[in-house]
Amino acid sequence: MAQPEHDEMSGVETTGHEWDGIKELNNPLPRWWIWTFYITIAWALVYTILFPAWPLIDGATQGLLGYSSRANLAQSVQQAQQAQSGNLEKIRTLPLDEIRGDPALLEFANAGGRSAFAVNCVQCHGAGAAGAKGYPNLNDDEWLWGGTLDDIHHTLVHGVRHEADENTRNSQMPAFGRDGLLERAQIADTADYVLSLSGEDHDAAAAGRGATIFAEQCSVCHGANGGGDRAQGAPSLRDAIWLFGGDRATIVETITNARRGVMPAWGDKLDEATIKQLTVYVHSLGGGEASKPAPAASVEAPAAAMP
Amino acid sequence: MMLHRPDIPPSLEVERASVTPVNKRETRSLYKARVKIFPKRVHGFFRSLKWQIMAVTLAIYYLTPWIRWDRGAGAPDQAVLIDMPARRFYFFFIEIWPQEFYYIAGLLIMAGIGLFLLTSTVGRAWCGYACPQTVWVDLFLVIERWIEGDRAARIKLDSAPWTFDKLRKRASKHALWILTGVATGGAWIFYFADAPTLAARLAHFDAPPIAWITIAVLTATTYLFGGLMREQVCTYMCPWPRIQAAMLDEDSLVVTYNDWRGEPRGRHQKVQQETGQAGGDCVDCNQCVVVCPMGIDIRDGQQLECITCALCIDACNGVMDKVGKPRGLISYATLKDYNASTREAPVHTSLRSLIRPRTIIYVTLWSLVGLGMLFALLTRERLDVNVLHDRNPLAVRLADGTIRNGYTIKILNMKTIPRDFTLRTEGIDGALMTTAGSDAARASRLLVAVPRDDVRVLKVYVSASPQDLDAAETPLRFIVEERGGGESAIYDAMFARP
Repeated sequence: MAQPEHDEMSGVETTGHEWDGIKELNNPLPRWWIWTFYITIAWALVYTILFPAWPLIDGATQGLLGYSSRANLAQSVQQAQQAQSGNLEKIRTLPLDEIRGDPALLEFANAGGRSAFAVNCVQCHGAGAAGAKGYPNLNDDEWLWGGTLDDIHHTLVHGVRHEADENTRNSQMPAFGRDGLLERAQIADTADYVLSLSGEDHDAAAAGRGATIFAEQCSVCHGANGGGDRAQGAPSLRDAIWLFGGDRATIVETITNARRGVMPAWGDKLDEATIKQLTVYVHSLGGGEASKPAPAASVEAPAAAMP
Repeated sequence: MMLHRPDIPPSLEVERASVTPVNKRETRSLYKARVKIFPKRVHGFFRSLKWQIMAVTLAIYYLTPWIRWDRGAGAPDQAVLIDMPARRFYFFFIEIWPQEFYYIAGLLIMAGIGLFLLTSTVGRAWCGYACPQTVWVDLFLVIERWIEGDRAARIKLDSAPWTFDKLRKRASKHALWILTGVATGGAWIFYFADAPTLAARLAHFDAPPIAWITIAVLTATTYLFGGLMREQVCTYMCPWPRIQAAMLDEDSLVVTYNDWRGEPRGRHQKVQQETGQAGGDCVDCNQCVVVCPMGIDIRDGQQLECITCALCIDACNGVMDKVGKPRGLISYATLKDYNASTREAPVHTSLRSLIRPRTIIYVTLWSLVGLGMLFALLTRERLDVNVLHDRNPLAVRLADGTIRNGYTIKILNMKTIPRDFTLRTEGIDGALMTTAGSDAARASRLLVAVPRDDVRVLKVYVSASPQDLDAAETPLRFIVEERGGGESAIYDAMFARP
């Protein structure tokens, strides 16, 4: 082997590597660096003995400390469940009104409800619960089956047109066109009348004819003035909210074929505490109705406690 | 100039040392282990000044958390407190919320400009007198000197074989150093919690883990920086010396060896005098070298390591007194005066050098920032409102045709008394509000009670008739007013329609 080359300026030995005339000097490493390096080696050795490290054919060495990230996770989950168990037990046993009356419990229930909603409900009702065509907006104050805590709870537990549940919410609007109950022209006249109920553009003459048909066919469920009936799940036709759409063509389609939206019964899928949390959360979205009638309007209102 | 007294041989007058400075450019290597420095004890004006500054700074550090300040019931009564869990900073009569952090930023800017000012006038005075590193190294040196003796004794002990006596001295020195570190870290944590309570909990070994961890970390760093690393912290770790080099100019006071007076240096002045040789005032006793905590020879000129602690001035003045020569062979001088002295007649540096355009600009800037902050502090509002518009859904149509928007409103009552506020809106006629969780009917005003020094969060639903709205978005202003007059705050938001 040739004699190592020495740099002229510094007298330091070179590594023999050269890039365009620039040669790398073989200077010693700083002591702090070399010691840090040794320490990391020692650390690594100790670590591989204490913690799971070396891969084997059917797994890895377990390590002397018996550490396992899976066990850690299980422990964390158990701790979280334990920490929540007190509140969950309260929610399971207390009436809904009392949950809503307790700010701390309400905050807990709302948070739990929000996450349960994100898992189970957003597929139809949307992330912001704003709904879509055929899927009700839960933020507004229009409720097919009632907006008090108990009403919402019942709907959640038993679902809508959930055949396996005998207490399910069920309304049976006839398919007036498809089943031949009304003629095409009669349906058109009825649609004009329905449009007139909420003050939309309509043909007054057709609406006049439609009024008679409405009184005969529709008022049983939707009420004589079209105000709807929550006991039967018949929506109000007088307000600004349309579940499927308020234009003439959609109304004609609705009368012709009827609408039969469904929602699963959650009573057998979710535990009672989760359903109660969902109830409180949906109720808090802005359209929740009081169990008792609302107090008279005032100019100044006290602000409620807010989670 | 006084002549030296010929009746006493210079060798008996002045203690001489034969040393090589530790930090000399020629002897410095990137890979060399640290050469120990054994600074010798020194007496003199600057040493006394440093003792005094050390006493004051240490007293401030240790005593500040124990000062009490009454803020009323329920509020902490500690004058200076950084309350992390509650996110509050208390400084005597001032209480700062996290969103007012710009006051801290302003203080830091003032500290920065202050350092510029200090450096451009009196050089690295911060480093030499007030920097915690300097103060704590001084403290550690006091301990070292108390146990192991002065420089000569320490050098001897260092090179001596390991005997019981050496072991005893070393062990007690390091034990005392670590105790000093514990006291340092122990005092630090009192700034972050109620000091008497925390002290009691520490005494009962009942303090939270973070307190112990902080004490441990600060003990370790204090022991490491003050005891073991010392001048290396300043030379290798601290960025400030490098910045300061750029802040110095020819009018800055720096510790200067006046070689125009000292050279040629000579140990045998008497001989020189008798033989008619030209001799400078420097007797080459190396006292300036042995007292230097940074291990440099100031006679080599300005150096990065010099923290201008001025101990070499004290040492040299002592020697000059002994040999009967005027003081000031090493002195605080500006580069300008040094150059003038070298070229022509000696110039005495006066405090006049402190006043010049650069320093005036620094003082002006510093005062402007300070006055601005003071003004902002004295006129600041103790009420604030933040509004977050719901994003999903942006707007909701209600059964009666009105449009509803949701807002999360935060009302901050930064006063130490509970207050009642009225929340109302402006910009949309007939806009009415309800709050989530309340069964109250829609109202044009809401009453909001906010506890002392707290934030109230409300989910507010505002509804308005479509004919009162613009096409897509309508400006909506939220106004919070203190009941019975007082502060008010506004927030400009938007109201959307579906």
